[in-house]
Amino acid sequence: MMRSARKLVALGLAAGLVAGCGGGADAGGGQDADASAVAAGGGYTLPQDAPQRFSFGTEASQARVALWDIDVKPDGEGLPDGSGSVEEGEQVYMTQCIACHGLTGTEGPYDRLVATDPWEQWPVNRGIGNYWPYATTLYDYIRRAMPQLTPGSLTADETYAVIAYLLYRNEIVAEDAIMSRETLPAVQMPARGRFVVDDRTGGPTIR
Amino acid sequence: MPPIDGSPLSRRAWLTTTSGLIAAGLLKTQADALRLDASEAPLDVGQTPSPAQTAQATRSTGRPDPMKVPGRIVSEVGSRAPGERPTRYLRAEELSSSSRSPLQDFHGIITPSDLHFERHHAGVPDIRLEDHELLIHGMVDRPMVFRMADLMRYPSISRIHFIECSGNGGGIYSRDRMPTDITVQQIDGLISTSEWTGVPLAWVLREVGVRSGASWLLAEGSDAAGLSRSVPIEKGMDDALLAYGQNGEAIRPEQGYPLRLMLPGWEGNTQVKWLRRIEVTDRPTMTREETSKYTDPLGDGTARQFSFVMDAKSVITFPSYPYVLPDRGWWEIKGLAWTGRGRITRVEVSTDGGRRWVDAELQQPVLPLATVRFRHLWNWDGRETVILSRATDETGYVQPTVHELWEARGERTSYHQNHQRAWRVAGDGAVTFGLGELV
Repeated sequence: MMRSARKLVALGLAAGLVAGCGGGADAGGGQDADASAVAAGGGYTLPQDAPQRFSFGTEASQARVALWDIDVKPDGEGLPDGSGSVEEGEQVYMTQCIACHGLTGTEGPYDRLVATDPWEQWPVNRGIGNYWPYATTLYDYIRRAMPQLTPGSLTADETYAVIAYLLYRNEIVAEDAIMSRETLPAVQMPARGRFVVDDRTGGPTIR
Repeated sequence: MPPIDGSPLSRRAWLTTTSGLIAAGLLKTQADALRLDASEAPLDVGQTPSPAQTAQATRSTGRPDPMKVPGRIVSEVGSRAPGERPTRYLRAEELSSSSRSPLQDFHGIITPSDLHFERHHAGVPDIRLEDHELLIHGMVDRPMVFRMADLMRYPSISRIHFIECSGNGGGIYSRDRMPTDITVQQIDGLISTSEWTGVPLAWVLREVGVRSGASWLLAEGSDAAGLSRSVPIEKGMDDALLAYGQNGEAIRPEQGYPLRLMLPGWEGNTQVKWLRRIEVTDRPTMTREETSKYTDPLGDGTARQFSFVMDAKSVITFPSYPYVLPDRGWWEIKGLAWTGRGRITRVEVSTDGGRRWVDAELQQPVLPLATVRFRHLWNWDGRETVILSRATDETGYVQPTVHELWEARGERTSYHQNHQRAWRVAGDGAVTFGLGELV
């Protein structure tokens, strides 16, 4: 139930975005561009005798897809088995993250992770606590890109743990929180309602 | 063969006597000896040339008269002329993840591939053509893997498009920090233009069969950041390109070799390089790059998300800092303009600080979603002034002033700073960045 509600929100956002982007995409295709190169509607024109399918490439098995399908969606789709605690996460953080993000996640030299400053107009000291709208993004990003020098080297348990620790340091979850496939997507992020759809459309109005 | 005045075999005489052999390609190992750069090689070896020889073989620069010595023989890979050393600008204060194109050195609209700007999030991966694969899966009838040979077998197309980083120009947005000693390359070098070749994504999506209800794509790179962005499927079915060619050769590693997603007119980070996976979905993935990174706080407690399209913009590339106009009189103001919404229809130039504007010449053909070169012939009277340019695109959008952008988005937003740029020309001809004079 919760999942389908989220999905509806996401779909609504998607629909709005697509409408908002339509002007750009249409202009991009250039309906008025060279007729020989551009089909009406903005795409490219396949030669008329082209088949519906060329059958180039090979079909991918489920196992092949699973091997590369590493992303995590806001509803938790893509999260693996496993779990981790704040305490375990502190150990991961202190060995794997501290060199780039500092003792408390605020010092750098690279991106600030801990930021709980509330903001009215501008996000000050942007970090997970005040500028990350989805907790699932942490899993998606850490799994693909962190630690910087050995990306993809953390186990699922370690990844959940360090996320639990970061959410705790950002005052989003309690000290006894356990992150897992079930709990992570349910975390409510303070920045969740901050993001709005691009309303620029071209034309004379500056947005 | 001319007489050699009885002197021992000089370099010049050697050149003369052996030129036939060299022309025939028989003395390839001596090719370097023909590089007659005066700073590196004396004209003669061990002998003072006669006055006649000197007059014949050198000019006032001390370098040899190129009409008097045979030129270099053929080479497998060309190089720039001696003295032509355009370079990308690297920011030194950090482990650089970006480099900027030398806009001031370019003549047309095409960026030489080795000078195309760079921006990457975990370095440039080392990928071999034969190892690379693209997986397309998700809401499709047939999940498929394509090797490069498969993709290159599809019908192909070529288009000239710019790519611009949405952070371009961010260094000249703050009222509190308007530098004067900054180059156009440092300000706006995160834009480049190439002829891109590849297969339209729509044709490959047709191959896998997109299921109804699909509305988004997730594009993912095979760099160490696995950079990923969600893209509305409309763009994928429209003018998106799976590109493997850049300016007539394979895409450079810094630009995504062997395969990148091209989304003409959209911010650079969405045009995922080293593309390895496309997942067809019914919602955005909300990756780090489209949530906490490439979003635009607006000053009212919200932040703009999925700000894909690059707004119209123009920059004057000449004259610009640190150039010094040596004297008054006729000068051609030159620059580049572009828009992510089709074609540039007009570029205006002001040579009096923005009071009066005149139309600049647009170099034809003006291509959609590509840079266009503009020019304005200017008779400088030698007095101090500020020169500006502003672009208009086919939607009627006019490149705003910085005040207009501040008004619309606040003064501390992070990306898409496309406001009008200005150069101050001092009475002594010295050119500095001049926007600070106007704010």
